[in-house]
Amino acid sequence: MARKALLITPDLCIGCRACQVACKEWNQLPATKTKNNGTHENPMDLDANNFNRIKFIEVADAKGVKWLFVSHRCMHCGEPACVQICPVGALIKDKDTGAVYYDKNKCIACHACKSACPFDIPRYDQGGKGKIAKCHFCIDRVKAGLVPACAKTCPTQSIKYGDREALIKEAKTKGYKLYGETDLGGLGVIFALKDSPKVYKLVENPRISESVAFWGSVLRTLVGRGDSTASTFVKYLAHKSTEK
Amino acid sequence: MELTRRNFLKISSGALLLSSLGINLEPAKAYAAELRTKGAKETTTVCPYCSVGCSIIVSVKDGKVINTEGDPDSPINEGALCPKGASIYQMANNPYRVTEPLYRAPGATEWKKISWEEALNKIARLVKKTRDKYFITKNEKGQVVNRVDAIAHVGSAALDNEECYILQKLLRSWGLVYIEHQARI
Amino acid sequence: MTNQYNDLKNSDVILVMGGNPAENHPVSMKWIMKAKEQRGAKLVVIDPRFTRTAAKADLYVPIRSGTDIVFLGGLIKYIIDNNLYFKDYVLHYTDAPFLVDPNFKLPEDLDGEFSGYDPKKRAYDKSTWKFQLDENGVPKKDMTLKDPNCVFQLLKKHFTRYTIDTVSNVTGAPKDKIEEAFKILASTGKPDRTATVCYAMGWTQHTVGSQIIRTFSIVQLLLGNIGMAGGGVNALRGESNVQGSTDQGLLFHILTGYNPTPVASDVDLKTYIEKYTPKTKEPKSVNWLANRPKYIVSYLKAIYGDKATKENDFCYSYLPKRDDTQNCSWLMLFDQMYQGNIKGFFAWGQNPACSGANSNKVRKALSKLEWLVCVNLWDNETSSFWKGPGMDPKNIKTEVFFLPAASSVEKEGSVTNSGRIAQWRYKAVQPYGKSMPDAEIINELYFRVKKLYEKEKGAFPEPILNLTWEYGEKDKTGKIKHVDTKLIAKEMNGYFTKDVNEHPVDKKSYKKGQQVPTFVFLLDDGSTACGNWVYSGSFTDAGNMMARRGKEDPTGLGLFPNWAWSWPVNRRIVYNRASVDPQGNPWDPSRAVIKWDAVNKKWVGDVPDGPAPPLALEGGKLPFIMKPLGVGAIFGPGLADGPFPTHYEPLECPFQENPLYKKHRINPTTKLFGTEEDLFVFCDTRYPYIASTYRVTEHWQTGLMTRHTDWLLELQPQIFVEIGTELAKEKGIKSGDKVIVSSVRGKLWAIAIVTDRIKPLKVMGMTIHQVGLPWHYGWRWPKDGSGGDSANLLTPTVGDANTLTPETKTFMVDIQKT
Repeated sequence: MARKALLITPDLCIGCRACQVACKEWNQLPATKTKNNGTHENPMDLDANNFNRIKFIEVADAKGVKWLFVSHRCMHCGEPACVQICPVGALIKDKDTGAVYYDKNKCIACHACKSACPFDIPRYDQGGKGKIAKCHFCIDRVKAGLVPACAKTCPTQSIKYGDREALIKEAKTKGYKLYGETDLGGLGVIFALKDSPKVYKLVENPRISESVAFWGSVLRTLVGRGDSTASTFVKYLAHKSTEK
Repeated sequence: MELTRRNFLKISSGALLLSSLGINLEPAKAYAAELRTKGAKETTTVCPYCSVGCSIIVSVKDGKVINTEGDPDSPINEGALCPKGASIYQMANNPYRVTEPLYRAPGATEWKKISWEEALNKIARLVKKTRDKYFITKNEKGQVVNRVDAIAHVGSAALDNEECYILQKLLRSWGLVYIEHQARI
Repeated sequence: MTNQYNDLKNSDVILVMGGNPAENHPVSMKWIMKAKEQRGAKLVVIDPRFTRTAAKADLYVPIRSGTDIVFLGGLIKYIIDNNLYFKDYVLHYTDAPFLVDPNFKLPEDLDGEFSGYDPKKRAYDKSTWKFQLDENGVPKKDMTLKDPNCVFQLLKKHFTRYTIDTVSNVTGAPKDKIEEAFKILASTGKPDRTATVCYAMGWTQHTVGSQIIRTFSIVQLLLGNIGMAGGGVNALRGESNVQGSTDQGLLFHILTGYNPTPVASDVDLKTYIEKYTPKTKEPKSVNWLANRPKYIVSYLKAIYGDKATKENDFCYSYLPKRDDTQNCSWLMLFDQMYQGNIKGFFAWGQNPACSGANSNKVRKALSKLEWLVCVNLWDNETSSFWKGPGMDPKNIKTEVFFLPAASSVEKEGSVTNSGRIAQWRYKAVQPYGKSMPDAEIINELYFRVKKLYEKEKGAFPEPILNLTWEYGEKDKTGKIKHVDTKLIAKEMNGYFTKDVNEHPVDKKSYKKGQQVPTFVFLLDDGSTACGNWVYSGSFTDAGNMMARRGKEDPTGLGLFPNWAWSWPVNRRIVYNRASVDPQGNPWDPSRAVIKWDAVNKKWVGDVPDGPAPPLALEGGKLPFIMKPLGVGAIFGPGLADGPFPTHYEPLECPFQENPLYKKHRINPTTKLFGTEEDLFVFCDTRYPYIASTYRVTEHWQTGLMTRHTDWLLELQPQIFVEIGTELAKEKGIKSGDKVIVSSVRGKLWAIAIVTDRIKPLKVMGMTIHQVGLPWHYGWRWPKDGSGGDSANLLTPTVGDANTLTPETKTFMVDIQKT
């Protein structure tokens, strides 16, 4: 079956952040106590209770000012580094949809996935110390035939869900430059842009470190041995692997 | 319920059924085998915030709202909602709401709880007392005015039409002329 | 709205001015973005701030707050000078050719005032503001539009001085941007192009608010955009049911359906009817409001039932009458309360301690009450005013009640959106805790007050004792056990009070108790009752029209006639007879709202503004059926401050005088308040910056609902003030700093958002800085005080000359780093 994707078009985004609230509503995530940091943007980063957020970017030049609203979330890579490095198979790439979701019951909080992710997406519960939490493509909704909560609520279809190929074709027809079409096995979250990715503060030329596969196999071997010290050692090594 | 049959599976605006896109509906292990809204009773409502009039589906289980999301059948919002509309779940399940009438006596420094019966009787008594004391039958020119200036009312665009209608009816029967609401400001 | 939210997709040009749909009506952007994507529509945003709507604009023009009339007046001049108006439309469907009394004088002649001004009364004698009539009593016309006294020539003369240079000098908008905006907007003065406007409180909250709206209405008439798909004048209203609550007459000046409230000199029903029923001698005018007697009599029958008879003037004397000069609007109400004249007060679903302009005055006024009843979902700054900042509860004698109300998903009823669509919503769950639906609370109060009057008598009990109240099953004490809101809806729709054997409209017979099909069937002899004539047709014998969910779209314009029900008579675009030429053919056949079917002699499409044939045919009628002369009014003698919009400075501004008219700095007819709380300044170096209050996407109104919604508070946790980079640099303020914003009336802290989105403007040679802050916050919640307080602590007690809507969009402040 055809791979799914979210097509993000910042040109259509009005920065309303219904996507942030709808995500919390569907996933039943509590609010974070925030403060105003001199911007409309909030929360200022992803965390275990914020799977997606909108970055507010002001660009001023001689011609005037632009105010860009850009979605920040898991990119659902075609070849996800997090899945490769996870020693326990807690991160899963869904073969139908391409969604990268996770099984919290399996997660051992080693945080290797954070080190591997080229987009710095994984966050952890218990104040950052616990198990993985991130956008899971509303895998439960998608499997039940529903649209992910963010795309469903978006007033202007700046987040659009559908067949990946069809979305790519549509965006190209409209004259957009695509971000994520081929990177990392093709991203599951594709951006339709009018300017360079840098302007939208997207990671330019995202790459997966060559050591990810190596560390993945080391960690899996250790976990496979299952002795009592393995878990602690895996966590230690996982942290080492973050010291790139 | 006077709803026409509506298909909840319909996607927000693409008008395509996802099941027709060939998704494998076989349950995966790591997510709930059933949607948390499965088996819930659905009703529609209209968003209480701005004046666009977005339609919202409210899912209820065991007498509790368990989910709210945009109604794809409404031609006005086609399933979409803004963040306020998307947050209606928290309005329905809101620990900060006041659950019973409160009373603050003159000079008191705190609220105290009061029964509906007592609150309503006291208010009715105050309305009558103030109305009777300040009722103006005729103005200085001798024209019949049958009004009371000493009681005023503001509100409310948050009420339903039917409530607004009986409210204006009631207030005018009491003789109020200071009747205003959000529309002015 | 004359049109619909969905209809925004049919526009070629969308002007957003005095509004901010991306933030305050986000889902409307669905249709605006569709117009852009599918029609290549241009979105023009004119605003002191670069908003989230401006972020999507094809053209953004910055403007000094409070100078909209200058900008739009310049547009009128541009349209006329360059012959860009829609000539056929202007000639046939507006009063442009009408001749005005030669004694009428313009501000051009009288340095800023119209003929008839009385400075002592701050009011006009309007005796010269009238048309010259021919022997039949119909206005004289010059179809060449050349007569110097015709409306068109007067309009042209009135806006002579609104040149692009002047517009730029006074508004601060750059010349090239002004010209570009004019060019885009004026491009729609053709049959196949339309422009619309989305405005909100950015237009209304000025001392010249009504006239700003009129200025653009004149533009739309000149361009032939009223009645058209993708056209009209569209107020994006602020609350889910502010349209409905206005329709239901919860205002001092109107009963239901916009019937005026009677005043003391309207001594009987005959006098009332005589005064408020417009007459016309124009044979082609429908003059719909000639039906007023039917509507007022049916209203009285609805509320007083069998007690209301022809013999007793249908209980007209029961209606309270304010004195002829007594204005009871919001600012006046709180002024009276502040002066101790109001003893008891209901704040029902409203939080005036934060929403009222000059909130310090409002909060002090509350402390003078004997009793206060607040009905709400959450305790708030109004109900808890007695423990607010600067209050000593021990010294406050007010007795306060808080009654918890049910939320919108805990009850059943209808709400009316901005597009006049009344939609039914259902009860999903039981009311929270012991809260009660508002209708039940109203019912309880009705019953208890009535019982007291039954038992003890008292002042004029008749209106209380005879009020109709048949909304459900009664218990043994006579109280309605549970209010059935459908029964209220049916009363609003109207019903026959007796058998009508041969109805004058269709010669059919109707039985007592039958619902009236539409307001066309209402009668003035007491045989119909109707709570609100504009809702007539909403709940008929065919059922609850507001609950309909049909998705058919026969016109293809997105009017969805079977989705719920819109007033009047399910018409989706009002004044739609102006969308066709005098023969009944659509000006733009690709967007036909209605069309005359010559074979079957009827209209097809939207519900037309009356069934009469098109203007040029036999029995044809003019399109503007609510206007006694049948045409769109460019000349507006009904307004307090002049028949043409004129620029006056806001009460508070950086200048000593009005750059356009030396004689009058501010609107000469605006009421000035006189208590010690009603301070204001202008051209005062202590308060050098122009400020506006506004709303943001994530909150709503005083923030009471949204501050208590954790997910929304997370997005916008604290009051902020947006400051341009240049001003921030001057003041040494960085983004995220806590600053103090003060006006002559009050002050508050706010977090600075320093931004390139607000630029200083050059106005009359001066550099002008503008700042803005939302009014969503209040001291009571969040509990730790981290949110801040209401921006209305800063705003002045002054209002529009016609509506007294407070001028909270322009006032002067200072900003200091803490």
